[in-house]
Amino acid sequence: MKIIYTDVLIIGGGLAGLRVATGVKERGHDAVVLTLVPPKRSHSSAAQGGMQASLANCNMGEGDNEDIHFSDTIKGSDWGADQEVARMFVHCAPKAIRELAHWGVPWTRVHRGDHNAIINAKKVTITEKDEAHGLITARDFGGTKKWRTCYTSDGTGHSMLYAMDNQAHKEKVEIHERQEAMSLIVDDGRCYGAISRNLMTGELVAYVAKATTIATGGYGRIYSVSTNAIICQGMGQAIALETGVATLGNMEAIQFHPTAIVPVGILTTEGCRGDGGLLLDKDGYRFMPDYEPEKKELASRDVVSRRMTEHIRKGKGVKSRYGDHLWLDITILGREHIEKNLREVKEICENFLGIDPAVDWIPVRPTQHYSMGGIRTKYTGESQTLKGLYSCGEAACWDMHGFNRLGGNSVSETVVAGMLVAEYISDFCDSHESSMHIHSSKIEIALKEENAKIDALLANENGESAFKLRRRMEEILMDKVGIFRNGEDLQDAVNELEELYKRSKNIEVTAKSRAANPALFNAYRTQRMLKLALTVAYGALLRTESRGAHSREDYPSRDDANWLKRTITSWPDPEQTMPSVSYEDIPISNMEMPPGFRGYGKDMTEAHPDSRVRQSAVDAIREKFEKEGASRQEIQNALMPFLDKLPKKYRGTNERLGENV
Amino acid sequence: MSEENNRVLKISILRFDPNDPEDFPHMETFEIEEAYGMTLFVALNEIREHHDNSLKFDFVCRAGICGSCSMLVNGKPTLACRTLTKTLGESITLAPLPLFELIGDLSIYTGKWMRGMNERLETWIHTEEGTLNVDKLEERMEPALADEIYELDRCIECGCCVAGCGTIQMNKDFVGAVGLNKIARYHLDPRDKRSEDDYYEIVGDEDGVFGCMTLLGCEDVCPKDLPLQSKIAYLRRMMVKNAY
Repeated sequence: MKIIYTDVLIIGGGLAGLRVATGVKERGHDAVVLTLVPPKRSHSSAAQGGMQASLANCNMGEGDNEDIHFSDTIKGSDWGADQEVARMFVHCAPKAIRELAHWGVPWTRVHRGDHNAIINAKKVTITEKDEAHGLITARDFGGTKKWRTCYTSDGTGHSMLYAMDNQAHKEKVEIHERQEAMSLIVDDGRCYGAISRNLMTGELVAYVAKATTIATGGYGRIYSVSTNAIICQGMGQAIALETGVATLGNMEAIQFHPTAIVPVGILTTEGCRGDGGLLLDKDGYRFMPDYEPEKKELASRDVVSRRMTEHIRKGKGVKSRYGDHLWLDITILGREHIEKNLREVKEICENFLGIDPAVDWIPVRPTQHYSMGGIRTKYTGESQTLKGLYSCGEAACWDMHGFNRLGGNSVSETVVAGMLVAEYISDFCDSHESSMHIHSSKIEIALKEENAKIDALLANENGESAFKLRRRMEEILMDKVGIFRNGEDLQDAVNELEELYKRSKNIEVTAKSRAANPALFNAYRTQRMLKLALTVAYGALLRTESRGAHSREDYPSRDDANWLKRTITSWPDPEQTMPSVSYEDIPISNMEMPPGFRGYGKDMTEAHPDSRVRQSAVDAIREKFEKEGASRQEIQNALMPFLDKLPKKYRGTNERLGENV
Repeated sequence: MSEENNRVLKISILRFDPNDPEDFPHMETFEIEEAYGMTLFVALNEIREHHDNSLKFDFVCRAGICGSCSMLVNGKPTLACRTLTKTLGESITLAPLPLFELIGDLSIYTGKWMRGMNERLETWIHTEEGTLNVDKLEERMEPALADEIYELDRCIECGCCVAGCGTIQMNKDFVGAVGLNKIARYHLDPRDKRSEDDYYEIVGDEDGVFGCMTLLGCEDVCPKDLPLQSKIAYLRRMMVKNAY
């Protein structure tokens, strides 16, 4: 029996996991990262467009600050977010981006003087200030009032991930590659690490740790067409769910990205529209201004995706053998701009479509993109119900995104959450609470159980094909748990998924090797993905309202009176074939920004009576403090204090040109 | 979108499972019907799903961004995910990249090699301790310089340049174009405080910049079109200049 002891075990080697590992290491704790692939291959590398941080350096970002970033994020979330967490996030995003700059990310910079941009299909000249020259610049993204999305060309995730991984090397973080966490070691309500499988040799190893962090990204691959890397199968959420103790939050909140290429679902960045690209229908007509006269192509992602789908349903889509699609036109940006700032997009167009996006329109349609749901955590990143288990990044429901995430806020979250959670974990490891009280026999039992499961899978004869079960699951989610949802389809989806889940207990693996065996990992992952699929479909069926990315045609209003709550899912008994669902209220009484109208289409909100009460209180506090000449920070603190929740080192005021420099 | 081509592709794959003492390297040919827009990613998944589910290969992003799926396609190192089958003949040969540890079939362990190289060359920014205050404005950088650094930062560590390198065939300790490109990138970066002497220590020998035989294989196969040869030449000139 092989046991590796460490202070902090991190499952997942993307931006969030690496940032946690680096942070706890700096605080003097040992860290081991388990990762399916070399960290530089992580899905974080695919983020093209950028990272939101309210630096306010460039002309179109002038006047930006935490307050505006906060307000955009809360509106974007359709009031589903945890406002304290969102505050912590927007306060720390500028710090995270400056830290990354220090670690070597070659952020694209402001150049003094005039440059041209395309805004609302017109060429405009923007003049950058002398004093901003050489600072980090930003581009426009959907749902943001200011240009706030910082970037490196269109390889932002790549350059961030490489800098982060290099920093982890520098800090001598141990990284164990091609390791798959198979189960968490749980004893007496506390998590003590994980049983991991070496994907090259098949060897099972117990990693025992004071604190365990899941940072494995999203679960988009339960859908048949997704922009996610193919390793984004939700295994982190699944092993947390399988403890029966940890819970998942808002699993039904699935974001569709408006512009993935047809048919393969590879993403073209929101930067295309941010930089001035247009959406056109089969007649070459720009339809978004008809639906969203104000924000047009740059409305929130969920809104644009739905408008595109509505327009296709009106018969305005372009017919293709893969179904209808629309066009993304970036030709108006000009070849020079495309080859410099949208080069990945150009390469993708050339390699996968054989077209030149400086001349041709790009065939696009909305495609599964982001998982707002995940392991439910407190603001510290710790599971609400399983001590010693932490989670951050897309794997978590830390809940700054609520029911819809704004573009550029997710890579930002990975490093900000990673930075903060590393401190909370370090505090935990420094405290007496973290000492371990697990008997080695318990670890042995956990290892033996995992071994027995694999033996049983390999021994099974004449069973089901994991590939077939999985393909069917993917189709069901795509067809019945997609952009627009309704009770009938969702009920069908839940019924069939439960049936598939039952059948998945009898999977046969035809290739029998215990070592590197893709059939084996496909088998156990399919069983787990089916559990996650059920949490998504069942959560969507029960939520009889429309909020953010969750859009019910039979319940089109956002129903604050009944549904201002998070869905909490668990799987307490391994024998049950459906998840257990409960709810957690999102209290209005301490909100800085009580629920209101998001600003898209017609206001269909069924308001909560507390919203008006809280709004009056907020208005009164604001008026009183403004009269007294208080600063915006003082007003904010009076409305909803959050600084005391942050680690001391991150409480400082952010410097900005024009504000306090 | 162009017309469908209903060719039957004969895909020959080098098979070998190093975990199986009975196994030996051999070629195995699979026939599949070509589909519109088919890439090698699609073709290999179809083979695994319908013909042999023990077939080992690596894809992560399947969009030419992560560098996982480099392999020899008809003998040439390249990214399989973005190789459209229509650009190839009806008979296609696939083999794992040489020089890296083999996991099985087309799957190789580039991570181990890259990590060794990164640790050897210390491919991270060497700043002075305690010089960062995250509350303050970031250090300024000339926009053109930031762009220039990003140009070299685009490397995805796919290993194609290593597989295409004649020097490494003879000298396993050669850091390859991937390593030299990284040094050129840090040398360009004013945030990295290493001196010319420090760089000389790291790559000023035959395992480094003086080992390169200028066969240009690396640049020929780089899927990101990095200017590898001119950067190696630049480093060499810098080393020589520094020596006098």
